[in-house]
Amino acid sequence: MARLDLDLAHSYKANPQSDEDYALLPLKMCFEDGGAYALLGPSGCGKTTLLNIISGLIRPSQGSVHFGGNEVTNKTPQARNIAQVFQFPVIYDTMTVADNLAFPLRNRGVAPAQIKQRVGQIAEMLELSAQLDSPASGLAADAKQKISLGRGLVRSDVSAVLFDEPLTVIDPHLKWKLRRTLKQIHRELKLTFIYVTHDQVEALTFAEQVVVMTRGRVVQVGSADALFERPKHTFVGHFIGSPGMNFLPVQCRDGNLQVSGVALTLPLSPSQEILNAGQVTLGIRPEYVTLVEKDAPGALPVTVSQVLDIGAYWLINSFLGNSVVRARLSGDTPVPQVGDTVWLKVISEHTCYYKNEELLI
Amino acid sequence: MQLMLERVEKQVGLQTFLYPLDMALQPGALTVLLGATQAGKTTLMRIMAGLDIPSKGKVKVDGQDVTGKPVRERNVAMVYQQFINYPSMTVYENIASPLKIRRERNIRTRVIELAEKLHIEPFLNRLPAELSGGQQQRVALARALAKNAPLMLLDEPLVNLDYKLREQLREELGFLFATGNATVVYATTEPSEALLLGGYTAVIEAGRLLQYGPTAQVFHYPQSIEVARAFSDPPMNLFDAYLTETGIKLAGDVVLTLSENFLQNLKVIDPQLTIGIRASDLKLRPLPEDAALLGRVELAEISGSDTFVHVHTALGELVAQLTGVHFFELGSNLTLYLNPQQLYMFDQKGRLLRAPTRSGSSYGSS
Repeated sequence: MARLDLDLAHSYKANPQSDEDYALLPLKMCFEDGGAYALLGPSGCGKTTLLNIISGLIRPSQGSVHFGGNEVTNKTPQARNIAQVFQFPVIYDTMTVADNLAFPLRNRGVAPAQIKQRVGQIAEMLELSAQLDSPASGLAADAKQKISLGRGLVRSDVSAVLFDEPLTVIDPHLKWKLRRTLKQIHRELKLTFIYVTHDQVEALTFAEQVVVMTRGRVVQVGSADALFERPKHTFVGHFIGSPGMNFLPVQCRDGNLQVSGVALTLPLSPSQEILNAGQVTLGIRPEYVTLVEKDAPGALPVTVSQVLDIGAYWLINSFLGNSVVRARLSGDTPVPQVGDTVWLKVISEHTCYYKNEELLI
Repeated sequence: MQLMLERVEKQVGLQTFLYPLDMALQPGALTVLLGATQAGKTTLMRIMAGLDIPSKGKVKVDGQDVTGKPVRERNVAMVYQQFINYPSMTVYENIASPLKIRRERNIRTRVIELAEKLHIEPFLNRLPAELSGGQQQRVALARALAKNAPLMLLDEPLVNLDYKLREQLREELGFLFATGNATVVYATTEPSEALLLGGYTAVIEAGRLLQYGPTAQVFHYPQSIEVARAFSDPPMNLFDAYLTETGIKLAGDVVLTLSENFLQNLKVIDPQLTIGIRASDLKLRPLPEDAALLGRVELAEISGSDTFVHVHTALGELVAQLTGVHFFELGSNLTLYLNPQQLYMFDQKGRLLRAPTRSGSSYGSS
């Protein structure tokens, strides 16, 4: 077990010129020993490249990788002491479930008694105990993937366990149970887990720290509530949550904050920084937009363009000038009609302010 | 156009794909076919399109029997899960192809107009293979719209896209279909997608049409347990219950006390019933008259906008939907609160006895 330090960049091209030539822009980060991390982002964001650099499948074009203070940049995956779980089951069909789980330990000459104990423990956690003596070949896809997970988890001396979209083949109804199992296992084994996914539920549920990536950049490393409440970058506000954060252009001039010609008052004292920032983007999540009376302070008039009954909530889409403002209102709210002008409040302690896509305060 | 299915059924060999069903699709509106994989959605769509002939029953278009009339003689546009375009044609030629076949005028104007609507105008001179998945599906959608067919069928068109792209395209499609020019049928496995698309929803399960009506109405007033189960995500919490003179007895000696008013309004003959609780009706903070349910946290799944907490209670497993991000230790104690007014009730045959009235909505209890 070890702390992982990365200080690197990667380009698949020989002589990268601009930012677009980089699969991973220069980044410096560390994965603490025993932490549960998720790398989250849309396809092409660089998350798989980052995982492959950690595992040693790719050598970064610049910089270094350290495991527990030792440089491993040029070391092969085998020499790095890591375990990996892939999208699809990687198991030996000719072996029993128990032999599959024991394989990584036997390879390293672990004592038979110890192997038996560890295989039993892992099988118990993954609810595979009843199938230990069955041949792996006859099992369903999700059971096979559980064996893959077990093989990844069976060694207690690895630096990290790397998961690449491991629940892809799992039936949607069974996914939550495996997510719970993975969380329990992390708590009990205290291994470092690094988990790649494009699915926000998977990442936010599994990880203590989520690494959000876009276009080769890490834009925020944070817990689920930090990503939801204080997105550090507009991309995080947009990507986390469904629908994502609303963004409105705001003018800050002469100590005033104006949205579409309406002057707004800031509730917080450290607002001087915002008030001097000129052109700013205001971010507010649909969950925190509220319907208010026309005369309420800071009430913004919007034109309702769509009213959706999404079961538990109403989703109201509206226009403030050219900007779309979405509001998620609770089911017992009296709802407006399409075409109505209504007044929304967008300033509260949940409001975020951005300059050049980065969070101001 | 008015599309009607009359006693339509489909067998292949000994296997039944569709049991006899009647369906009059809402003309000029969007109908969502909601059902799990293998429920019969694609079979039904192929019959609507004329790609397949039903084993029995009739398909009528504007009152005319078109059963057995092949797809090429009908005016239908289709979009599939896979992004299907002509690989050797440019995006422009792909969109223009149905217009050329019909020898239409002003093809260029029409293609550009559609490309603008679907945000693919910058790519008109590229080949489909040079585009991302989302853009390729936009081309397929533009080509389908170019046909200007009175019937448009979409079979899980967004399933192969990233969720953010899905969110964006779904919203745009909602607007495109709202024009009322075509009767649109859209198949999906996701209850949330049906709600976000609005229109009308037909719930299909194991080859049977369970319920058809305005989407929100089907959601809030499911006629049966099967519909409630199929049209809820997270699943509706369902428990066996016994109605007494003062309330409801549940497993594990849990009793929900009901007000006199509530009990008087119930028209229940058999006290043995099933109650349903929507995940979103469970709360962390009580209001007066709420019932408390004690449990242990199994897992909190976080989507960002919501947290879905799986809780083990004396009456069984429960899922609660809470707004925003909440953290719970696995195995920690948690009390959830429920207003009994929010209860659904079903009889032993699974028929709806009672649904909560949705305040704030425009339709009352049916």
